[in-house]
Amino acid sequence: MIKPMVMTKESPFTPSMMESMKKLEATREKRLQSEPKRMSADEKRALLDEFHPDYGDKGFAKIEIGPNAGEKAPKELTALLHSKSRISGLDLDLDKIEFDTDVLIIGGGGAGASAAIKAHKAGCNVMIVTKLRMGDSNSMMAEGGIQASDKENDSPMQHYLDAMGGGHYYNKPELLRRLVMDGAKSIQWLEGLGVLFDKHEDGTMITFPGGGLSRKRLHACADYTGAEITRVLRDEVQNLGINIVDYTAAIELILDKDGNAAGAVLENMLTGEYLVARAKTVVIATGGAGRMHYHGFPTTNHYGATADGLVMAYRAGCNLLYQDTIQYHPTGTAYPVQLFGALVTEKVRAVGANLINVNGDAFVHHLETRDVAASAIIRECHANNLGVDIPGGAGVWLDTPMIDMIHGDGKIASALPGMLRMFMNYGIDMRKTPVLVYPSFHYQNGGIEIEADGNTSHIPNLFVAGEAVGGIHGRNRLLGNSMLDVVVFGRLAGQSAAKVAKSTKIGSLTLDHVKCYENQIASAGLDTGEASPILLPKYARDVNADKLK
Amino acid sequence: MQEMANVYFDGKHYQVPSDLTIMTAMEYAGYQLVRGCGCRHGFCGACGAIYRLKGETRPHFSLACQTKVEEGMYVATLPFFPLNNKNYNIEETKPTDQVMMEIFPEIYACVGCNACTKSCSRGLNTMQYIAYAKRGDYEKCATASFDCVACGICSARCPANISHCLVGLLARRLTGKYIMPPADHTAKRAIDIAAGKFDADMATLMAKPKEEIKELYDNREIEK
Repeated sequence: MIKPMVMTKESPFTPSMMESMKKLEATREKRLQSEPKRMSADEKRALLDEFHPDYGDKGFAKIEIGPNAGEKAPKELTALLHSKSRISGLDLDLDKIEFDTDVLIIGGGGAGASAAIKAHKAGCNVMIVTKLRMGDSNSMMAEGGIQASDKENDSPMQHYLDAMGGGHYYNKPELLRRLVMDGAKSIQWLEGLGVLFDKHEDGTMITFPGGGLSRKRLHACADYTGAEITRVLRDEVQNLGINIVDYTAAIELILDKDGNAAGAVLENMLTGEYLVARAKTVVIATGGAGRMHYHGFPTTNHYGATADGLVMAYRAGCNLLYQDTIQYHPTGTAYPVQLFGALVTEKVRAVGANLINVNGDAFVHHLETRDVAASAIIRECHANNLGVDIPGGAGVWLDTPMIDMIHGDGKIASALPGMLRMFMNYGIDMRKTPVLVYPSFHYQNGGIEIEADGNTSHIPNLFVAGEAVGGIHGRNRLLGNSMLDVVVFGRLAGQSAAKVAKSTKIGSLTLDHVKCYENQIASAGLDTGEASPILLPKYARDVNADKLK
Repeated sequence: MQEMANVYFDGKHYQVPSDLTIMTAMEYAGYQLVRGCGCRHGFCGACGAIYRLKGETRPHFSLACQTKVEEGMYVATLPFFPLNNKNYNIEETKPTDQVMMEIFPEIYACVGCNACTKSCSRGLNTMQYIAYAKRGDYEKCATASFDCVACGICSARCPANISHCLVGLLARRLTGKYIMPPADHTAKRAIDIAAGKFDADMATLMAKPKEEIKELYDNREIEK
């Protein structure tokens, strides 16, 4: 039984919100009988061109050095790539080896855990290094679901087509093929590990529709899909006895004299101690970048999402792909302020909730793809001036009471318990009143480019999995394809890294690539005054800001 | 003028804006968090927080990222609690009547004090889900424990030394793996893919020029 944790007599909404809510309620009956119009391909194109943050130059800066020199990236990412190493100027003794392992996995989310399990099962000595706790990741926060084409009316080709169109035809075909062909196998693997999927009594998976999906392909574990998958994977990693080194960040890759990946320099997050990890193969599974707040957006991401893997791999010579494209989740929480940016799962739209403007009108079909829906909300708030006023900005309504009206009472409580609890904490009962949303930085569409086996093309013995990869989803990812990618490419990277590790002899270790990169920074006259990766966002208030003359 | 609240982090006094959460108030006070901060949205359980309000006897239990500060709040964070991790092999662990006795025998020492339920940061009926586990009703334990974020506060309060979240996790894994019927359609699709049943059609689709794929996408039928 979920009850409000904070009981307030007054309404949590402002008078102007209440007024708008009345207009929304007045149109609801009619909206329940009809469906908002879908946009044509041309209409979508025009909307994205004008309103999606990816489609302009504002907030971007040119990368001056390295493999992607001349291309643009969000200015915060460009600054990371133009910054010096955290071990700049230090002459670290690489013979003092603290950890020696076959496979080193950087990152303890869903991709890192999947990779670790597969590499361990392949007979390798595996170590996971993670800068927070094992499992702390965006995987843990994925709410909506995981795609796989395992129903009779569906096929890997249909899944491929949806993802290719959703990604605006930029997806790397061989990676997308891998994603859709390994879907059913991955779900079955998770089921075998004991992930509690939503099922009918005979074991048939309950699958949901979603933005940009042409079939009901979304498998879910209530609205804790990512949490349920990640906690099972974490438990399995622990049960297998895999070495987990937590509160320790990887800050630079180490290569051997032949240019192969051969480990990483680690930094203890609590003591600052540097540690050398030597490995025959390395898997980067460092996740996303939401905490860099590109274009000033709030984020749905976890605390450690700061693009660490992209920075390390770039310094070592890997190229990035689609680093200029970011997914804004259309329904980040806009109100109350304490939840600003927090994810309202797309499943809320998938089960029927309309997006509504200040006048009570549905201004976009609720099942458009994320980039289209997000752009439509930005247009409604800032060009049409039909957003609902919230402190410091505007938002639109997500008409959640429609869900129980469509599916019957109790649907929200059973299908969206996490969402219900999140809003109930602040006295908002989403079964009775709609909630206010605005786009939030959700996913890094781009990342490190990989080849078919999960390997990078420039650095032998280096593999990448999960959100740190670029190319699988093109320039826009569909919901539920990230959880799938985490499992599919995590497993793949683990298998490939284990296979390669068995025939690898490590040469002497070097950090020359870091020095070489810093020379490029110096010759280009770049100086951001910072070191990267930053590992955590700086949220502590500068308490001395007003103390100094 | 911003409304401020007097709060105490680990006993130390700070004045913070009263619309902040415990977590953002700590950051306002100047703490750069490393421990006790994870997803920041109530899913990961990293930020268990125990607080007492001035003048009250009983402590409150919450997640720092999900709880607004209040006047006179004394806060202790619980970034970690040593749980009794057991390395079981899920392939050999079956949902038998004895399995909990074998892996987590301490649950049978539950004295029914209900401290776990009272201290749940998510408002779960924790003692009830432990009771389900004791009597071998793993499916009910799975459902009742599903929203657990493993913050560990209940275990810190338990006089019987139970690691509640791990019991719930085992019950869920047993339910997901053994008790709920397997999805035959998923297994069948995996077999068909492995047998190459879709290879030819996939190759045909991938070989099409972009314009043709675009045409297929724009005109594809959408399941209602």
